[in-house]
Amino acid sequence: MESLERILKEHPFFAPFAPEHLQLVTGCARNHRFAAGEYLFHEGAPANEFFLIRHGSVALEIAAPGKAPVIIETLHDGDIAGASWLVPPYRWMFDARALELTRAIGIDAACLRGKCDADHDLGYEMMRSVLTVLQKRLQATRLQILDVYGRH
Amino acid sequence: MNLAPHPDAFVPQLYRAGRVIRELHDTVTLEFAPLSGPRPAFEPGQFNMLTVFGVGEAAISISGDPSEETAFVHTVREVGAVSRAIAKLEAGAVAGLRGPYGKGWPVAAAEGSDVVIVAGGLGLAPLRPAIYRILANRSRYGRVSILFGSRNPADLLYRHELEQWRQRLDVEIAVTVDHADASWRGNVGVVPALIRRAAFDPHDTVAMVCGPEVMMRYTARGLLDAGVAGERIYFSMERNMKCAIGLCGHCQFGPDFICKDGPVLRYDKISGIFAVREI
Repeated sequence: MESLERILKEHPFFAPFAPEHLQLVTGCARNHRFAAGEYLFHEGAPANEFFLIRHGSVALEIAAPGKAPVIIETLHDGDIAGASWLVPPYRWMFDARALELTRAIGIDAACLRGKCDADHDLGYEMMRSVLTVLQKRLQATRLQILDVYGRH
Repeated sequence: MNLAPHPDAFVPQLYRAGRVIRELHDTVTLEFAPLSGPRPAFEPGQFNMLTVFGVGEAAISISGDPSEETAFVHTVREVGAVSRAIAKLEAGAVAGLRGPYGKGWPVAAAEGSDVVIVAGGLGLAPLRPAIYRILANRSRYGRVSILFGSRNPADLLYRHELEQWRQRLDVEIAVTVDHADASWRGNVGVVPALIRRAAFDPHDTVAMVCGPEVMMRYTARGLLDAGVAGERIYFSMERNMKCAIGLCGHCQFGPDFICKDGPVLRYDKISGIFAVREI
């Protein structure tokens, strides 16, 4: 447990968290190892766990029948995979596939939501941190939609 | 080294197209050698005015190796009448050329520092001469990172060279695309997102950035967030250039003429007007 807490502390996502909050989060965490091609989660499935990527890379994909899946974004060391665990209906919006051997920390979503409900300071910190990630991804998505490399 | 353009700056000199390389479905690289006399020297980041007789003239960045002295190399994307005509030139065709013009990348000033090169799409073309020169004098620089963003894997410019550079042990190459299917094994996302993962000392780094202006604005934010000072970030700007020698005012950008004071400008000098629509 002590080692998991140290790993969480060193992960960029948890850098702003107070030690007592990290301790609470650690209680919901466990190690994962995904082989290349293995899925972290699938679109539509319950968002029971989200992931902090320690080493490796993960593709967020949308699959369409009869076509190759489209990769929306790739995630790497220090990124988090998954935000749907935080807001109802707690279901994944994309597939997440490991592109190479990927080591991650999984955080049990129900466990963490319960702790956020019980400790609003933790909940606020968690919400702010996830929102920071989402805001950056929203900006990046807007830039992708602009298709800046197209003919103008 | 003679960097001065021809004495009569408005008269195109005659050049013959040599090798033509089809880079992408809408982009070609052409070599132009002078019909007479030596080819003028140029600095990375400078541009020439290319003329297709009977069609018109356009400003095109030089994309070749500055240590190569026989021909100018230009990479052209077909977006308008002139660029389409240039892209259709075949080996042996004669074209007009004025230049080189403008102020280029701070390649010499960056010696001793880490260098981060951020390119988007065709923006890699004006940066390629700087990359050639830096790699030719690699020991004079700290860490060197080349971050390149493209629309999709099929539109990756200079793919072969990117692969060659990636094989070097003294350069970090990161490539990302905006859109890809599952057959692509690389990064998907915008090029500013690569900055966070690049290895450089933000307090001793010179950043050179070229691409669509929106991409450059986001890249500036990423570099500033990483701790790189505005006076160490350089952009290559693009405006409609006509005379190319600071007389006509077509390319005025605030207090500067892009053709004469640029095209490479320091970010802190232009940050106040960078996002102003009217400029």
